[in-house]
Amino acid sequence: MELLSQPWPWWAAGMIIGLTVPALLLLGNKHFGISSNLRHVCAACFPASIKFFQYDWKKELWNFFFIGGILGGAALATVLLHDPGPVQIHPGLANDLAAAGVTHIDGLAPAELFSWESLLSLRGLILMVGGGFIVGFGARYAGGCTSGHAIMGLSNLQWPSLVATIFFLVGGFLMANFILPFILTL
Amino acid sequence: MGTIQPPPPGSAAEQADFEVRSLDTICVNESQLQHPWWYNLKYTAVGIVFGIAFVKAEIVSWYRIQEMFRLASFHMYGVIGTAVVIGAVSVFLIKKFRARTMYGELVTFHDKTFNKGQIYGGLLFGLGWAMTGACPGPLFAQIGTGALAVTVTLLSAIAGTWVYGYLRERLPH
Repeated sequence: MELLSQPWPWWAAGMIIGLTVPALLLLGNKHFGISSNLRHVCAACFPASIKFFQYDWKKELWNFFFIGGILGGAALATVLLHDPGPVQIHPGLANDLAAAGVTHIDGLAPAELFSWESLLSLRGLILMVGGGFIVGFGARYAGGCTSGHAIMGLSNLQWPSLVATIFFLVGGFLMANFILPFILTL
Repeated sequence: MGTIQPPPPGSAAEQADFEVRSLDTICVNESQLQHPWWYNLKYTAVGIVFGIAFVKAEIVSWYRIQEMFRLASFHMYGVIGTAVVIGAVSVFLIKKFRARTMYGELVTFHDKTFNKGQIYGGLLFGLGWAMTGACPGPLFAQIGTGALAVTVTLLSAIAGTWVYGYLRERLPH
């Protein structure tokens, strides 16, 4: 139990995520992809006679069950496998964050940037609401996210997925190294 | 749900449905079997294992994502690299042995077609990924860990998806 409570090594998580691909295929011919759930929510709740949302979302119901499991698994890990140790982060990142007044290095993300209170600050609003918006917009525009393209698409040797994955990384590099430092000063 | 009937094969309705669904990376695989809803619980079981790994390997951590994009840590590259290798070997074996699902249906694959969305959309998604420190899967997992403010980010991502659908015909693809 103690071993499981410590942060898991990359190879253990990589194996579990990789095995999700054949698990979903063999359980019911389902292709691993998470961002399409956002589309199914739109199709189910506000299709608004937009053609992109006119399909039988009930056929994709399995995916809601899958993300329900992700949510539950995350809750179980937090409750049963809680790691009391401090969060380890790279000193360079800690320095840059401290320079922007972000010093509560705790949990999954700094509370100064990601919390209900931070929504009242400009930088918190940009990161949480603006960031979320382009995650949803970009994922659908690209036809998939990290799971659908980088994991499932690359596993199936699809070169369009490689293009998408490369541009995911390009966008991430630009943001983390050049744009985010500016947003943090706001 | 057990009561949904697929459109008749070859009908215009079915073709339109396929056209819309195949624009996406997934959704085109369709089982002809009709099962009660609780058959879907097996996907919940897979999701639970997946969600635990997400949290315990800190893939849902904003810090790990920043370190990845700053080339300050190997962790996320190791996770994604291992996952792709395992996934690729699995897909290769499933194709080679023409594996079937537990219900005896042949596992099928569809090739993705290239369009400029993978460039523009990919770039936008990457920008957002580094801002929120979470792609869609970790958004759900973060909420599961009790970070309830992330529901705002998730709702915003749903709004982004909706706006994409609204603007889709006018965007370059």
